[in-house]
Formats: sequence, C-alpha cells, structure tokens
Amino acid sequence: MTLDFEEVHATDISRHFGRRRALSKLSLSLRAGEIVGLLGPNGAGKSTLIGILSTLVSAGSGEVRYGTHTSAAGGALRARIGFLAHELHLYSELSALQNLTFFARLHGLDDPALPHAALLRAGLAGRGDDVVSGFSRGMRQRLALERALLHAPRLVLLDEPFTGLDDQAVRIVDDRIRELAGAGAIVLVATHDLDLADGLVSRVVLVREGRLISDEPAAPGLRARYRSVVGAG
Amino acid sequence: MFGRVVWLVLKKDLAIEARSWELVITTLFFALSAVVVFMFAFVREGQPLEGAASGILWIALAFAGTLALGRTFERERQGETLRGLLLAPASRAAVFTGKLVGIVLLLLAVELLLVPLVVVLFQENDLLGRWPLLLALLVTGAVGFATVGTLFAAMLVRARSRDVLLPILLYPITIPALVAGVNGTQALMATPPAEPLAIMWIAMLVCYDVVFLTLALWVFEPLMTE
Repeated sequence: MTLDFEEVHATDISRHFGRRRALSKLSLSLRAGEIVGLLGPNGAGKSTLIGILSTLVSAGSGEVRYGTHTSAAGGALRARIGFLAHELHLYSELSALQNLTFFARLHGLDDPALPHAALLRAGLAGRGDDVVSGFSRGMRQRLALERALLHAPRLVLLDEPFTGLDDQAVRIVDDRIRELAGAGAIVLVATHDLDLADGLVSRVVLVREGRLISDEPAAPGLRARYRSVVGAG
Repeated sequence: MFGRVVWLVLKKDLAIEARSWELVITTLFFALSAVVVFMFAFVREGQPLEGAASGILWIALAFAGTLALGRTFERERQGETLRGLLLAPASRAAVFTGKLVGIVLLLLAVELLLVPLVVVLFQENDLLGRWPLLLALLVTGAVGFATVGTLFAAMLVRARSRDVLLPILLYPITIPALVAGVNGTQALMATPPAEPLAIMWIAMLVCYDVVFLTLALWVFEPLMTE
C-alpha cells in the first residue's frame, strides 16, 4: 500500500550550520487542503525549514512526523513530497520533455502522456523539444513547478514559486496552487511577495532568526501585519 | 527497480554528454597530452626509460579521471540537480551506481585510447598479447578509482573549495589502487611476463573494489543528507 498522510507535524526542530543557528525549537503543523504562507526576512530559516520537511536536510534536534511516518520511511515518503526549490532541479542541457520524462520515470511513472500533460500545464506545449538553457527564468520556473508535481505529491513545498513570472504566469501558478489544495494537498509556500501571498494563503507562518514568531489564519492586510510583527517588508 | 534507476541516471548522463561531447573530448585530450608530454621526458634517443610506461599510463588515467569527476558533478551542481535526484523515491544507492557507471565508462574510453598509445610510444608491443590480464587490471583499477572518486565528488558538490578538496581527498585513498595498477601492468610488461604477480595485483584490486564499493553504497545516503 502507498504511504500517505494528511498532516505534517514538526516539533521543536532546531538546526545549526557550524556556529550559525538556522532554526531554533520551531514547531509547526500543516494539514491537507491548507495553503500555508511561510514568510520572513532573508536568513530567517525558511529554506532550512523547507529542506527539513523535504527530508533533504536533517534536523539537529526535534522531530518531523508525516502522519504516522518519519523521514526514516525513505523513498516511500519522498514519493509523496513535491519540492520546488529556488534552484530549479532542471538539467539545462536537456530539453523540457527530456527533463520531465526523466523525473517521471525516476518516480516510476512510465505513462508517456504524463510529461506532455505537464508541458501543457506549464504553458510550454510547443517548446517540449527545446533545451532548457534557452528558456527564460519564468519558463524554467513553470517547468520546474510541473516537474515537482508530476507524481501528484501530498506535501507540496514551494520556495519562491513566483520568481521570474509575468502577470499571466503568476495567475496560472496561483490557480495551480489553489487546485492542489482543493485536491487535498498540503501546500507550504515560502515567499517574499506579500501581495501575491495575500489572498492566496489560508494561514500565515512568520519566522525570524530561526524562530516561529506568529502562526495565524490569513486575513486581509498581510503586508501591514508582516510589518508589525517582523518590522520590515 | 535498482537496475532501472541505474539505467535512467546513466542514460540521462549519456544524453547530456551527447549534446556537446565536452566531457569526452576534454578528458581524452588531457590524457593524450599527458602521455605525449611524458614521452618527451622519458624516451631518449628512441629508447624509453625502463619501467616508466606503466606509471605513465596510470598517472594519466588518474589525472584525466579527476578532471572527469569534477566536470560530471559540476553539471549536477548547476541547478542543484543532484538534490533533484536525491528527492526522488528511488534508492540513493542506485543513483550513486548510475553516476559511477558513467564515470567508469568514461575511464574505460580513456584506457582504450591510452593503452595503444603507450604501447606504441614506449615500445611495449608484447603487452597487447596479454590482453585478458591487462583488461582485468584496467577494469578493476577504473572501478576502484571511480568508486572513491564518485563518492567524494558527490560529497563535495556543494562545498566552496571542491576543486581543491577533491584531489586532496581522492589521491591518498586511491593510492593503493593506483599502485596495484602500476605494479600489475609492470608485471605484464616484464620479459618474461610475471603473470602470477599480475594476478596477485588484480586480486588486490578486486578486494579494494569490493571494500570501497560496499562502503560507498552504505554511506552515500547518510552523507547526502545535509
């Protein structure tokens, strides 16, 4: 049976890199159907937190539970996690279609229609045979998002998903994120773009200097709230 | 599933290489240049220095291999695609093996170029007659060097000083494999050839390969978790 979960609980997770503290006793719960905005200034620990949730980075202390499972579940757990990082995990020398086909097969997905459908969703249907190095940042971003979602993950971790996107692409990605949450995915979006996050996220988590400083339902006026809590933005 | 992932990673690396042939051309050209330079240093008045050929073959292989390792993982660093591989539900040992097979194939291509060149330039015409043992030496030597090299190159992929650290870590650990390769080849070049001695060095290389391959497959997953 495929591993699945509807909640993710991070409890008291800390992580240091050398003497630098990236996260300090941070606890957070995420549930299916939620779009959680992870906000904070540069160096706040957002990427480290996402790295730990993705299982790529180990927590120095504390625990992350995916339903009843932990990262010890290995490949079966990774099969349920989709991660769009700031670096896009795309081979620039390969075509868009080759990238999608490779990552789909790595996930055990052999249906040849799947990469084509992903290309269509990325708005790159006519560019499948073009090498990724010739794409703009926005095109690569859209491709990388679909690459991360090929295997219909339960936990979707998006680190700055709107980087380099034009208005139309922002709307497409925005709709895609809502669609994922509507389908029961747990979506965590780390972003500095408060205007885009406002209205998209259902809950806002603010971190600063590796600590969680606020976790509350989203409400209008996100920028003002961010400024009052974090002090900038 | 393990074999499928190995094949997918290998096929992906071959597809990338087929776009430019950058890695194959630079590695082969470097190996060729090294042997030609050594030839000018060690062949005097048409007579090669006795015993130099085997050392030159393996030194050229080690240096060319280091160049190939650095470039291969530089590709995985751009766009942090190695993290993309590690995020897949596939066995991480299979990902490692896929990368390893690609490096071994490249080293075998280098050997395919270097051996005839060394035979001609250093007048070791009898060496090709002992090709089964020579082949065993070259394959086991390439596997050993590539196993340690692939592990270290993957470990260092996010390190700032990776270009400096790779040879510093790699050469001390691979010295036993290189020494076995040099001595085994030397035994085959001797007149008459010391085949039992060559077989002993091959056996040592097999042991080296088994130890380091087991170790690499075991530690790759924990080492890759940051």
